[in-house]
Amino acid sequence: MKHRTFFWFFLPTGLAMLLFIAAPIVSVVLQSVHTPHEAVLIEVENCGPFGCTTETIIDQEATAEIRAERPLGRFVGWDIYLDRGHLAVAEVGALWSETDSISAFVSGLGNLPFYRAMAFTLTYTFACTPLLIALGLVIALAVNALNRRLKGLVIFFSLLPMIVTPLVGSLILFWMVDSRGIIGNFLQWLANDPDLSLKASTPLTWVMLIVYGVWHSAPFAFVVFYAGLQTLPKDQIEAAQIDGASRWDQVRFVVIPHLMPLVTFVALIQLMDNFRMFEPIVGFNAAAHATSLSWIIFNDLGGETRQLSAAAATSVITIVGVAILLSPVLVRTWRDFRSKT
Amino acid sequence: MASKAQTPPLALRAATYGFVAVWLTLAAFPFLWTLWGSFKVELDFFSITNWTDALTGPRTQETHGSAFTGAGYEGAWVQEEFWRAAINTFIVCFFVVCTSLTIGTLGGYALSRSGFRYTFWLLITALIFRAMPPITLVAGYMLPFFEWNVWGILPTTIIVLVAINQPFTLWMLHSFFQNIPKELDESAKVDGCTQFQAFRHVIVPVMWPGVITTGLFSFLLAYNDFAVTSMLLSESNRTMVPEIAAFLGTTYTEGNVMFAVAAVVSATAPLFVLVMVFQRQIVSGLTAGAVKG
Repeated sequence: MKHRTFFWFFLPTGLAMLLFIAAPIVSVVLQSVHTPHEAVLIEVENCGPFGCTTETIIDQEATAEIRAERPLGRFVGWDIYLDRGHLAVAEVGALWSETDSISAFVSGLGNLPFYRAMAFTLTYTFACTPLLIALGLVIALAVNALNRRLKGLVIFFSLLPMIVTPLVGSLILFWMVDSRGIIGNFLQWLANDPDLSLKASTPLTWVMLIVYGVWHSAPFAFVVFYAGLQTLPKDQIEAAQIDGASRWDQVRFVVIPHLMPLVTFVALIQLMDNFRMFEPIVGFNAAAHATSLSWIIFNDLGGETRQLSAAAATSVITIVGVAILLSPVLVRTWRDFRSKT
Repeated sequence: MASKAQTPPLALRAATYGFVAVWLTLAAFPFLWTLWGSFKVELDFFSITNWTDALTGPRTQETHGSAFTGAGYEGAWVQEEFWRAAINTFIVCFFVVCTSLTIGTLGGYALSRSGFRYTFWLLITALIFRAMPPITLVAGYMLPFFEWNVWGILPTTIIVLVAINQPFTLWMLHSFFQNIPKELDESAKVDGCTQFQAFRHVIVPVMWPGVITTGLFSFLLAYNDFAVTSMLLSESNRTMVPEIAAFLGTTYTEGNVMFAVAAVVSATAPLFVLVMVFQRQIVSGLTAGAVKG
């Protein structure tokens, strides 16, 4: 295909991505180093019958003018990244010199919004991903052993938790684990504690969110592994059987190595997806106990005061995090490409 | 086909069936339970005294004279005007799917037919864009959209969702077009067609299976999106998902949780049908990336 033809074919989609993905990234980076203009203050002297007083008032005209002139605001460099809502360098430094034990330092960090969100995001990401891979693998092995009629039905129901909107899925579970809902009731009976409420305790909220994450994403792992099982070489299984391998040995030494590339694929995709979770926090109304970086952005952008600069700085930090998680994928794609050409 | 040596022992078979039954319950029960409960009154669905109330619905019977009531649905669809959100969702999904398939097909086709090195870099860029969480981009949209006065309306959201959709669409269609033999359009070009004519008359008639699969995922992205729609749409233009989120704020205080339950069931129903009809395409789409990569 000629360059010119390629250009015209690719133009619409390229333009869409350039304008609405590349440009916003630039815009986010720019916004994160600017902050809204402060109001222009002027001093006016009011002279009345009882003498003169000076007052400081906001010069509305000049403020509007400067805001219209430079809508981005004034340049503040790294200030927003370092403030209390983000990396909180000063607070962390103070905390480090004040506290005498590591545990006190860590619990102090928990009061800073950014580190609180990071703690949950990382726990969630690294707890969910292995669990859902394991669950997905077991489901795939079990379903593969079923007869053909049942398979379709099981796959249909298995797809549901993944297909439904995360917000809707988390709401459905949230209503069930409510202390008046069926699972909540069951847990109260199990723990023999009529006042047990998952919503009220931080560790239980975390567990609840992680269980939701596994429930939501295990079907994806299942479907991918199930497809992988269909290409399992029969002769290798037979050879293993002749060599006297037990069922477990066959799974461990033939099936799992065969699925290993798919496990890496699912792990990489899920690490990135779990890192950016925030809908379940909204759905489970769990912001008091668990926040994530994406939730902070969502929270800053919504509401009456749209804190664009704060949200932009968190966005840039999130993008950096995603980039770190993405780098192995990129290296792998690059290697594939090199080996092909 | 299966030899005697491969037939699992009875205990293992029982364990397998048991496990699948447990997983099926985990996957399907929440939906069935919520569907059943959405026809009850709040005091039954969230029963303090006895959990079986949600099954039998004694208080629903007391208030409405039967064990099932459509009060939640009436409240959500009529009183809270959920139908507006449903129409908005339909408009957004329709235009997102059409636009992103049109421009994605052209782009994906070009990427699969051009052998130059820059196609690799374009695909890599698309992969990076694909990994960007949409919520991080939203902060970048706000300021310009306010400045240009296009915030809050449906067309803006549609264009944004189309763009966010493009990287994935390109990857799917690129790998799909690579499986269509190059000789097809080459021979058309030898017969005197331009590249576009070759695409129009030779490729378009055979591309529908791949396009339908990709379209399904575009639809799901537009339908399920919460980050972009909740931030970029004004109150009157909201689609279903942000509308449900808004319900939580207003209805919890009014004690009308059942409105939200009914809305959630209403928003899930189309997805049920979708999975039922297109199960095969969804599975093949999910595995396409994995088995190749």
